[in-house]
Amino acid sequence: MVGIVGYGSYLPRYRIKVESIAKEWGSDPEALKRGLQLFEKTVPGQDEDTITISVEAAKGALKRANINPKEIGALYIGSESHPYAVKPSGTVVIDALGIGPHVHVASYEFACKAGTEAMYNAYALVKADEMKYAMGIGADTSQGAPGDALEYSASAGGAAFIMGKENVVAEILFTTSYTSDTPDFWRREHEYYPRHAGRFTGEPAYFKHLVTADKILLKKSVMKPEDFKYAVFHMPNGKFPQMAGKKLGFTKEQLETGWIVPWMGNTYSGSSPTALAAVLDVAKPGDKIFMVSFGSGAGSDGFIFNVTDKIKDVQDKAVKLRDMLDNNKIYLDYGEYAKFREKIILNE
Amino acid sequence: MREVAVIGTGMTNFGELWGKSIKDIFVEAALEAIESAGVDHIDSIYVGAMSSGLFVGQEHLGAVMADYLGQNPVPATRVESACASGGASFRAAYHEVASGASDIVLAGGVEKMTDGADVTEALATAADQDYEVYQGITFPGLYAMIANAHMHEFGTKRENLAQVSVKNHKNGSNNPNAQFKSIITVDQVLNSTLVADPLRLLDCSPVSDGGAAVILCPMDIAKKFTGTPVRIKATSQASGTIALHSRDSLTTLDSVKTAAEKAYKMAGLKPADINFAEVHDCFTIAEIVVSEDLGFFEKGKGGAAVEEGKTAMDGLIPINTSGGLKSKGHPVGATGIAQIIELYEQLTGQAGKRQVKNAKIGLAQNMGGSGASCVINILEAI
Repeated sequence: MVGIVGYGSYLPRYRIKVESIAKEWGSDPEALKRGLQLFEKTVPGQDEDTITISVEAAKGALKRANINPKEIGALYIGSESHPYAVKPSGTVVIDALGIGPHVHVASYEFACKAGTEAMYNAYALVKADEMKYAMGIGADTSQGAPGDALEYSASAGGAAFIMGKENVVAEILFTTSYTSDTPDFWRREHEYYPRHAGRFTGEPAYFKHLVTADKILLKKSVMKPEDFKYAVFHMPNGKFPQMAGKKLGFTKEQLETGWIVPWMGNTYSGSSPTALAAVLDVAKPGDKIFMVSFGSGAGSDGFIFNVTDKIKDVQDKAVKLRDMLDNNKIYLDYGEYAKFREKIILNE
Repeated sequence: MREVAVIGTGMTNFGELWGKSIKDIFVEAALEAIESAGVDHIDSIYVGAMSSGLFVGQEHLGAVMADYLGQNPVPATRVESACASGGASFRAAYHEVASGASDIVLAGGVEKMTDGADVTEALATAADQDYEVYQGITFPGLYAMIANAHMHEFGTKRENLAQVSVKNHKNGSNNPNAQFKSIITVDQVLNSTLVADPLRLLDCSPVSDGGAAVILCPMDIAKKFTGTPVRIKATSQASGTIALHSRDSLTTLDSVKTAAEKAYKMAGLKPADINFAEVHDCFTIAEIVVSEDLGFFEKGKGGAAVEEGKTAMDGLIPINTSGGLKSKGHPVGATGIAQIIELYEQLTGQAGKRQVKNAKIGLAQNMGGSGASCVINILEAI
């Protein structure tokens, strides 16, 4: 049995409401909330970045896995906001947590699905008996240009998953990937903010790849939507995952536990991984979880998990995502948010 | 000059045609037109396109399209008059046939606007760069000024603008090629996103991809190809000031008035003789102003005419039975040709649920910029 032996998640305390952003740009917050199904989003603190978020999430994963960090043979971080263009994010994480130095480390990038790529490869290495444990992390301090629709969604957070063969809490039963060259969203070197092709990011990109991956996964597993307790999809906004779920025959009940985006925003590479963490926080033995990510450019990774008896032993060992999402919030106004996100250019 | 007929038409769906290039779109429309006309060759091609260079980085469209249509070495020329490029393409084809220079001519129009270009910036190149665009004005801004002036001078109501959009969406719901087939309400228009006061999102025609093409030939051989040719009764074009501030009045489009006078004279008709019209409703206010300048309504009464249903399908003069630019879509260079296609379908009784009863004479009005160029064509059923 190969699967998740420990997981952890992290969200910053800071929030900004849709109203605060809309006010700045003369937009109608009610129309945005209705249209995008977004209410507020997380904002990274001034000392937070993809690396610190990864460290926090990985700490939770280690607590739950209760393993010797030295036994982790690989650590991969998927993100659109690695703090350095050249210099790995993972080296800081391994040294902070006592992992390595006998460890394979890499930074992944594939828009919003870099996190599930990290999970996928961590799983593959363990399954191939290359190592005992491997960790995959999806984390982001997402970028959205001021005034762009993305500014209402781009948020911060992440989740980490340790794959292994002993004391598995969620076995991975099936995986799939579906990828094509579909340039719906991109950010070139030296650019601060991603560009996107409006509605083209919907049907030909998100829905085509995510829904196709979903169908392949269902076919491969010979399972039906009703066989799952939970379904988790990438969440660029509140509406898209619901529409995707509906297209495939998943119910609102199956989606709602992982549907954290209205209050969290889109944590890009951390989006579906944080949703999976929210589901694992409450899942019961025997529950089946259906998860499909999406990354612009474009592609989707899919996983089917079977929750084991061990889940009960680990759920309370680290902070739960919903606790971070619902509590200890500090709301920022747009000015503070602009300062936190370094949107204000200062004289050095 | 010889009498000229339209003998075949073809158009793509209008909308976000992400899977099709500008070549695919034009070729699809042109092949459909050639097939529907039943001609075995074409002598010449005109391609109306506003800004293919800025939208997709492709100029030299005449040669490009002749090549991809498999029509080398026939002459092919791109015609540009901003948003009136399609109308101007049709007019050029008309003259080539009427003069006797060619017999079978394809007049087409195409635009591919959803490939990532800055559409507002590309469209703004049709305004006065020195005095308008550099100061930050865009087309929604220019038409918003016209709308404000019209409301101020004539008491036109904000709701009247919305009623244009509601009517055109209703008509477009019956057009299988339309981009937006949805029925909308006045409240939806009034509550849509503000673009340039008083114009809101649902007052504005959309960004679209699409192509349209028609085949023209001399009237005396038209029946050889089709049982349903349509006569081109008149064609006219006029220019007006490029910048809004140069005009005596913000609420009159001189190019439209002049082109209309010329077209009516050529056709030997009066405004009251027109059974239905396709007009350039790039913004809702444009339809109101144009309906006045074409002589359908007294100056200042265009808004009330919409409210009273005079421009509805069953009204005094149905306007934009196709859905207009607002609902059908506005792939700029294709629009003028698509208007001709609506006239053709109405005049040959092929408009289905949109059919205007006893449609004998139709007028198409296509304009560039804020009315700096205007092409009018009048077609007659045979």
